[in-house]
Amino acid sequence: MSNKYIGKAVKRVEDKRFITGKGKYTDDMILPGQTYAYIIRSPYAHAKVNSIDISHALSAEGVVAVFTGDDIAQSGINGVPAGWQVNFKNGDIMKEPPHPLLVGTGSTVKHVGDAVAVVIAESKEIAADAAEMVEIDYEVFDAVVNPADAVKEGAPLVHEAAPNNIAFDWEIGNPKAEVDEAIANSHHVTSLEFVNQRMIPNPIEPRSAIGLYEPSTDRYTLYTSTQNPHLIRLLMCAFVLGIPEHKVRVVGPDVGGGFGSKIFHYTEEALVTWCSKQIERPVKWTSERSEAFITDAHGRDHVTHAEMGFDKEGNVTALRIKTFANLGAYLSTFAPAVPTYLHGTLLQGLYTTPKIHLDMTCAFTHTNAVDAYRGAGRPEATYLLERLMDLAAHEMGIDPVELRMKNFIPPFDGVNQPGYQTQVALQYDSGNYQEVLKRGVAMLGYEEFRKAQAEAAQSNKLLGVGFSTYVEACGIAPSAVVGALGARAGLYEVGQVRVQPTGKVSVYTGAHSHGQGHETTFAQVVADKLGIPLEDVEIHHGDTETVAFGMGTYGSRSLAVGGSAIVKSLEKIIEKGAKIAAHKLEANVDDLTFADGKYTVNGTDKSVAFGDIALTAYIPHNYPAGLEPGLDFSSFYDPANFTYPFGCHIAVVEVDKETGKVSLKRFIAVDDVGNVINPMIVDGQIHGGLAQGIGQALLEGAIFDENGQLINGSYMDYCMPRADDLPMFELDRTETPCPHNPLGVKGAGEAGCIGSTPAVVNAVLDALWSGGFGHVKDILMPTTPERVWRAMNS
Amino acid sequence: MEIKISVNVNGKDYVREVEPRTLLVHFLRDTLRLTGTHIGCDTSSCGACTIHVDGVAVKSCTMLAVQADGCTVTTIEGLAQGAELHPLQEGFKECHGLQCGFCTPGMIMTAADLLAKNPSPSESEIRHGLEGNFCRCTGYHNIVKAVQYAAEKMSNEVSA
Repeated sequence: MSNKYIGKAVKRVEDKRFITGKGKYTDDMILPGQTYAYIIRSPYAHAKVNSIDISHALSAEGVVAVFTGDDIAQSGINGVPAGWQVNFKNGDIMKEPPHPLLVGTGSTVKHVGDAVAVVIAESKEIAADAAEMVEIDYEVFDAVVNPADAVKEGAPLVHEAAPNNIAFDWEIGNPKAEVDEAIANSHHVTSLEFVNQRMIPNPIEPRSAIGLYEPSTDRYTLYTSTQNPHLIRLLMCAFVLGIPEHKVRVVGPDVGGGFGSKIFHYTEEALVTWCSKQIERPVKWTSERSEAFITDAHGRDHVTHAEMGFDKEGNVTALRIKTFANLGAYLSTFAPAVPTYLHGTLLQGLYTTPKIHLDMTCAFTHTNAVDAYRGAGRPEATYLLERLMDLAAHEMGIDPVELRMKNFIPPFDGVNQPGYQTQVALQYDSGNYQEVLKRGVAMLGYEEFRKAQAEAAQSNKLLGVGFSTYVEACGIAPSAVVGALGARAGLYEVGQVRVQPTGKVSVYTGAHSHGQGHETTFAQVVADKLGIPLEDVEIHHGDTETVAFGMGTYGSRSLAVGGSAIVKSLEKIIEKGAKIAAHKLEANVDDLTFADGKYTVNGTDKSVAFGDIALTAYIPHNYPAGLEPGLDFSSFYDPANFTYPFGCHIAVVEVDKETGKVSLKRFIAVDDVGNVINPMIVDGQIHGGLAQGIGQALLEGAIFDENGQLINGSYMDYCMPRADDLPMFELDRTETPCPHNPLGVKGAGEAGCIGSTPAVVNAVLDALWSGGFGHVKDILMPTTPERVWRAMNS
Repeated sequence: MEIKISVNVNGKDYVREVEPRTLLVHFLRDTLRLTGTHIGCDTSSCGACTIHVDGVAVKSCTMLAVQADGCTVTTIEGLAQGAELHPLQEGFKECHGLQCGFCTPGMIMTAADLLAKNPSPSESEIRHGLEGNFCRCTGYHNIVKAVQYAAEKMSNEVSA
């Protein structure tokens, strides 16, 4: 079968509505009779709510209702739970205090932004004005914001039920004694203490939710800016509000970016749904940006001490890590999995390291929740490994490219050679790590660069190059595996293909597109598999009413898992179509071939087009005996393994010796995300990931003061990359197919963000090393001019 | 107290009563229901709400609706000439200059203003010209290309 669309840079079918201003995001909707919610949030990170007086607000004109945590508690609602359970090393279950929708009188707020009351009014302005009239008396306590500080004796407690603020501790890898011994016996040990700072995902669309309860049918609809409508429905119905799932529809319409932060079930979703039931009118809440900063889940936030041992030849002998991870005040949906199963399992990297041990302590702090942010645990693992690699090369006087090449796992395709079993539970599917580094180094022009660098070292503008090679685990994930690891849900995906009588095709996927272009990529697959024009295919997603079920989009899983589910349904369509075709052609099914949109009797010119088969399936007058009419199949696809993209990222920076300012001059990325359906979209995913990873290295980072105030909680203060902060990216790719899914695809959503951060920081350090500052081992991210200047002048 | 304003939006005259505190962006979105103009922040930093007022790019969250009294406003909904897309709209599609689409209207309106002032900008002029608009999806790479595409197309149209 020839591919007309797969592998081609097909322009996106979803673009037209967005470029003409006709996208439909949650906040664009105004439902008949809609009211507006304003949520009153704690200005303190840790305080007891002594009293709340809502009387003045309630009597204000235009106010419909005011609810407090006491009202919620009286409904028997405990709060939002986590979606993963991770146990302590000793087997005890993690500490999981529920996240209340509103904190009631007599209880304590646990972060700035914790919700205390909600005012519902005829307009958002009236609601905001009335919120000023609600009087709340707080008794303020000390707060703790750093995870390493939080677990010390005497630190302010976030939850009574979690002594020393420890949510759980956890370890993975070889027995610690073996790793200790390997480190002790190493010829050289590179040691690094560092911080992987807290990042704020910041999709440009702030979160928004509309709850709609209809008394006449006892049905609820929740419109919400989510990556994950079915999981939101399941969590909200079964675990938060206790309402029947079949009476609830959740819609994630057009969603303006997520980057992980819209995976989770947020309290506001349950709150507007509950409020709508109370007042029997729709209730809309839309986050302001300053509110988003203190209520969206953040990412990263690790404090780490890592040591990597080497033998005389530069072979890695062992890796030993102690990390404190910040989970914030409450456990968000995926939070327990991020520093553990999405992080510790990636510490093999691309290297043959024989002994690895991670000791992880996950702490509560008086900050908003920390959960998956683009890459989720894997950027932290890559940052750790790749910083150690370049630093070790510097310390041992070995070229950083040579050191990597020496330690790479040899190529394996997962077919002729088995997958690679790591020391940290995973089995990689396929990889060719040498090739991506080789290509990246060629694109760089390494020898010429080192010459230019040597010349620049005599000037005030130092040049540096930083390398980063990564492997990640995405396409999450086999349900049995993640179940064993503590997931409270399966991670399969659902794909339904409905062939209409005229041969047009409607596809319903449980994956959710919030920028990824599924309406195009998935249609390319369907059109080619059925041999029909792309225009004859439409992809539907994001609505629990139309899509049978789904686990949503995150973990670069949409195509690898959701696309595979669609392929499974296409196979069933083609197989059933063959029976109809055999009947029409008076041939044996085994003698038919389906290609280019028609069934042909082998060795003849007798054929029947797919459209005829569709029509016959729905008008079965002359039809195979015993065969059901219709051409409509649904499949649940549960992957056999994670998928393992890999790549090589190289940054070239210039450092101004006098000011410490870092300028990113070049960024090279050679990624292998398996087979590629739409190279234009894949490149776009890489670009966006790079920008976020580079942002972490150079510009971004949440800053909490000791009282738990987020002091850069606005777009004025939190420094995201703007157009003039970045160069044009230089991309290339290799394609090593995934051996275990039908499309051979791996996943591209997070790769850019996983590999890029350490490349940039390594480049900054390389520049400093070239300029005679060889003693500098680390610069905190973001590498601001002040930090770089201090590193050179300390 | 509401104040009566007259404003021409996308070629159509509107007379409406607004609260003095109503921001122009809220007037467009909530009163006129032109929801292509988006709100991404509360500090006039993100540019998602960029429109044209009397032909000049303005962040519509920085203006009160009453300040637009007597003005001519163009939003993303009014940029195309009928079925024919503006070269920038076409460029964003051709060059994959958008992903989630949320920043896109503001980005296009800013770029249109940039090209009106500087029909053939260099890469660095484009990047500088767009620095008032955040995009979190694209890393700006394809947005720069989209603007270059439009600049070239518009200059060809002028010379043709």
